[in-house]
Amino acid sequence: MSDNILKIRDLSVNYQTDRGKLKALRNIDLDISRGSIVGVVGESGCGKSTLITSIIRQLDANADIPNGSIEFEKQDLLKLSLDKMRNISGTQLSIVFQDPMSTLNPVLSIGRQMIDIQYRDKTSKKIKKQRSIDMLNKVGIPDPQSQLKQYPHELSGGMQQRVSIAMALQAGPSLLIADEPTTALDATLEVQILKLLKELQVEMGCSILFVSHHLGVIAELCDHVIVMYAGEIVEQGSTYEIFNNPAHPYTVKLLECDPASISKKQRLLPSIPGEIPDLTNLSGGCIFKNRCDQSIDRCDKQTPKWNEFSNNHYVSCHLIES
Amino acid sequence: MTLMFFMIHLVPGDPARIMLGPRATPEMIADISMRMGLDQPLVIQLMKFLGNILKGDLGVDVLSSRPVTEIVFGQLPYTLWLIFSAIFGAMLIGIPLGCYSALHRNTFADRVTGVISVACITAPSFVVALYSLLIFAVTLKWFPAIGAGEKGDFFDQATHLVLPAFAIGISWVGYLSRLVRASMLEVLGENHIRTARAYGLTEFTIVYRYALKIAILPTVTVIGVGMGFLISAAVLTEVVFARPGLGKLIIESITTRNYPVVMGSVFISTGLFVISTTISDLVNASLDPRIRDNL
Repeated sequence: MSDNILKIRDLSVNYQTDRGKLKALRNIDLDISRGSIVGVVGESGCGKSTLITSIIRQLDANADIPNGSIEFEKQDLLKLSLDKMRNISGTQLSIVFQDPMSTLNPVLSIGRQMIDIQYRDKTSKKIKKQRSIDMLNKVGIPDPQSQLKQYPHELSGGMQQRVSIAMALQAGPSLLIADEPTTALDATLEVQILKLLKELQVEMGCSILFVSHHLGVIAELCDHVIVMYAGEIVEQGSTYEIFNNPAHPYTVKLLECDPASISKKQRLLPSIPGEIPDLTNLSGGCIFKNRCDQSIDRCDKQTPKWNEFSNNHYVSCHLIES
Repeated sequence: MTLMFFMIHLVPGDPARIMLGPRATPEMIADISMRMGLDQPLVIQLMKFLGNILKGDLGVDVLSSRPVTEIVFGQLPYTLWLIFSAIFGAMLIGIPLGCYSALHRNTFADRVTGVISVACITAPSFVVALYSLLIFAVTLKWFPAIGAGEKGDFFDQATHLVLPAFAIGISWVGYLSRLVRASMLEVLGENHIRTARAYGLTEFTIVYRYALKIAILPTVTVIGVGMGFLISAAVLTEVVFARPGLGKLIIESITTRNYPVVMGSVFISTGLFVISTTISDLVNASLDPRIRDNL
């Protein structure tokens, strides 16, 4: 068994809503091996954000985790006390959020915030400040010395995201979670930020869990891809396998819908007909059966098991049984 | 200012007649009227008054012939002390209470503070003044009942301040705690707080340094604008506790139709309001760089 930095087993998350119990995540298994970049892809509402917030233990008050474990560096995050969790957060386990314009505190200067997150370190303020400057240098911010005095609203979105990345990597985490870090940025910036993430990942030797609904970004950055649909993982494998040999009907359709893959002129962009099933009222069987054009009788009755489609490429579908 | 001028003159009763009492002769009334300038048309009176204000002259007290500025500024410190200790005490209790409620939202403790806060808000200051006078000064004898204390004796003055400040401040405790709770809850739901948590900052740092600095902004504005309410509460409270001060001065000069003193003290109170709103704007600007940039 390879060295896994994050090991999620049988994780389920429910939200208590007015319409009843919403099963946002169901029996998720996920591994991230040390030093790799794993991408999680899926449409909005498939449980990507719930997955991340349950890893960093910031689920809303109406959520509960009936079963499962999230093992990070050999300890179950779900069983840690809040104090122990706080010690891991920002040091070993870090995160870059989606919307850079709102992730930094608007009334404190960049420098203040960068020095504050080093509060565990008992060294002098001067060293902490120098460390922050070095970090800003690393993420490619010009003239970091004077940027420290700036407030977030004085920086552009791209710069703010660079600052967020600098803050997230400051303590040298072993796992960085990136929650759609480029979605709010324009295309040229997106490329820059991705390049930066990849460079820093190699330089600092951390693993990255990269969440996105953007297939191109995932293909560009990740070694391993996990495809999620309506709170379940339906397919996982190496990036090459997933993009060249998609096996699950959902993955196939998802790739067809990627505007970048369309070469012929079309009047309508392709889409997957149907809607995501109601997660408060699941009927059992395969989760994708209602939108799948190849569904068979078994899909209604039986939940598909994991099948190895090719080397290290797993699919949860009845059609792919060996 | 002009509006206020006309409002005062609309109040029935000839000031000269009231001041001199029922046995005044018509000659005496005419004499006083001339000295106060009441025999001249209202517009001329107004022009004279406004012109004098520009020169820093608020006129002369009809009864004692002392300049109004001297009288008003003599009384002003008492009122300022009262207002400041009331609002300072209210902030000291109300803001942490609001933070506590926000952090323990929908728990039993939050509900209890909610009920107490609303009860505090609805209690009129003069009722609180009368009851606290009755309980703490008359029955328990913890604090002196009336006056402002010996001049120069700080401790004596402070003990005289407690009950009136309590009477004015109590509704502000409730008000501020509700306000801080609401804005705190809003700020705690914002993305940057999630970030701060994800970086492992302690809950104390997050609440009191990262969130409160934003959540306090509406409170600062409300206190600045609330100066008007504070002064009107001070008027009633000063009367109940027989304290010297601007409020008592206004009441007394209205009952004697002492126009220059009424005008002078109302003018100064208005000035206080303008100053306090300006200060609150400046405080907000110092807290929030986004406001600072728009100045």
